[in-house]
Amino acid sequence: MKTLRDCWLIFGRYLDMLLHNPVWVVIGVVQPLLYLLLFAPLLKSVAQIPGFPRGGAYNVFVPGLLVQLGLFSAAGVGFGLIAELRQGVIERMRVTPVSRLALLLGRAGRDILMLVVQALLLIVCALPFGLAISPPGVVIVLALVALIGLFTASVSYALALWLKSEDSFAPLIFTAALPILLLSGVLLPLALAPLWLRDIAKANPLAYAVDAARAVFNQQLTDPSVVKGVVIMAVLAGLAVAWAARSFGRAVA
Amino acid sequence: MHNRVMSAIAAAARDELVIETFALRRVFKTRGAEVEAVAGVDLKVPGGQIFGFLGPNGAGKTTTLRMLSTLLAPTSGEARVAGFDLRREPARVRQQIGYVGQLGGADPQVRGRSELILQGRLYGLSKARAAERAEELIHTMELEACADRRVSTYSGGQKRRLDIAIGLMHGPTLLYLDEPTTGLDPQSRAHLWDEVRALRAGGTSVFLTTHYLEEADALCDRLAIIDQGRIVAEGSPDELKRQVAGDVVTMNVSGDQEPVLELLRPQPFVREAGIEHGQLRIYVERGETAIPAILRLLDSASINLEAISLSRPTLDDVFLRQTGRPLREVAE
Repeated sequence: MKTLRDCWLIFGRYLDMLLHNPVWVVIGVVQPLLYLLLFAPLLKSVAQIPGFPRGGAYNVFVPGLLVQLGLFSAAGVGFGLIAELRQGVIERMRVTPVSRLALLLGRAGRDILMLVVQALLLIVCALPFGLAISPPGVVIVLALVALIGLFTASVSYALALWLKSEDSFAPLIFTAALPILLLSGVLLPLALAPLWLRDIAKANPLAYAVDAARAVFNQQLTDPSVVKGVVIMAVLAGLAVAWAARSFGRAVA
Repeated sequence: MHNRVMSAIAAAARDELVIETFALRRVFKTRGAEVEAVAGVDLKVPGGQIFGFLGPNGAGKTTTLRMLSTLLAPTSGEARVAGFDLRREPARVRQQIGYVGQLGGADPQVRGRSELILQGRLYGLSKARAAERAEELIHTMELEACADRRVSTYSGGQKRRLDIAIGLMHGPTLLYLDEPTTGLDPQSRAHLWDEVRALRAGGTSVFLTTHYLEEADALCDRLAIIDQGRIVAEGSPDELKRQVAGDVVTMNVSGDQEPVLELLRPQPFVREAGIEHGQLRIYVERGETAIPAILRLLDSASINLEAISLSRPTLDDVFLRQTGRPLREVAE
């Protein structure tokens, strides 16, 4: 009960900070639209290639875009935390009886909320272009995006607490995110990839999330890949949350 | 009967130690090497006072403070803080203490009042109570002019007062201040000292670290001097200075100086007497009681005193005596 209250307080603080910073709100809204407007048109012709999955360009592209959004917007959240460490904000909160789990989940909750709103916006804006998805499908996909966001944000926060400096945090987080993204089949389906690349991708948990999202957009809500993707991301998110919450308990600025 | 019990409780509270540590130690491991930042500290801090932790940068002040505020686990040793066991009851300790770190802790993007209210709520206050308490502290810390502005617009002194107000939101019995006046101009510093004294008057115990001799001297009831992770001296500023050499009374008399020396040397309160640079220098235990005695003696011997002055050793002399180095040099 106390943990819930603490989560809510921390969440409120960071949501408030976000809403008082209109620049970030605008960027958050414009970003997914840019993908849709500047990249999606290329897909019309790509979708003609033999081997391209069925379902139309948008139903293949949008799921990948959603996963990418989850990964990349959440990967950078550690930067804000490093700035806070430097201001002593984290230390000041750590001397209060506030739950360490709440210090993480309150923040991550704000990040996930922003992410889910962006994802929803993207889905809605893609509908006129021919995207087809059922309401239960939207719920599953948003849950998946939220799990990816929770996992990535937790890892990002834990790394930030460990490294405490943008100079080492930035290269690490982006070097790690890029191969994970490329090997997930986000941009183009891995079905197009040579066998060796597909084998490596099997070790990439995010690839399963992309598979799950594509199955959902293909109206295959009961496909085993959906359960597999959601469960894998849920387990990973749980582990990342445990790691990051522990880091909040030990953080030494 | 009731009154007697109450006054007994009050007396016990007065005598109670707010901090008691036993061989508190902290070792950091950096690149395979072990650094002993705090090398076995034994402290007894009485309640209701301003207790100063004086030492150069890197002496282990902040590390000790972080351990005593549950931010850092001790490598070994024990401590009781505000009546609770630091290792076994950290949650209870947290409820009793306020902590104002060197960095402050208010986010520049947030309004001062919002930070105060959030802090109160993190300690479990209701929304209404937190808002009320924030208003109280905004008033006592003189933050009315800036409370509803973003912290990034604050002056150094305002920021520091907000940091302290944040640390006081839940009404702690013990407040830690880590280098509270570093970077403040002399006027803001004096202002802050007054705030700290007001806290003591209100019954809050204050434990502060500083590397400023003037601050330790002017503000603190008791001091511990720390160097290289060890306490090298402890006592009130006056006691510490007295341990060094006592006070020096310097005099000029008209006429022969020798009879004066002969008169004063046998006195019980005189440690040593001599003539240096043509002046009489009398080393005494306590200058403030020695001067009247000297005056009476000279008067009854009809010696004509032209000038008399009292000088005391500084805390710098104390530090020099204990560590072999002057603090001013180490601190710069």
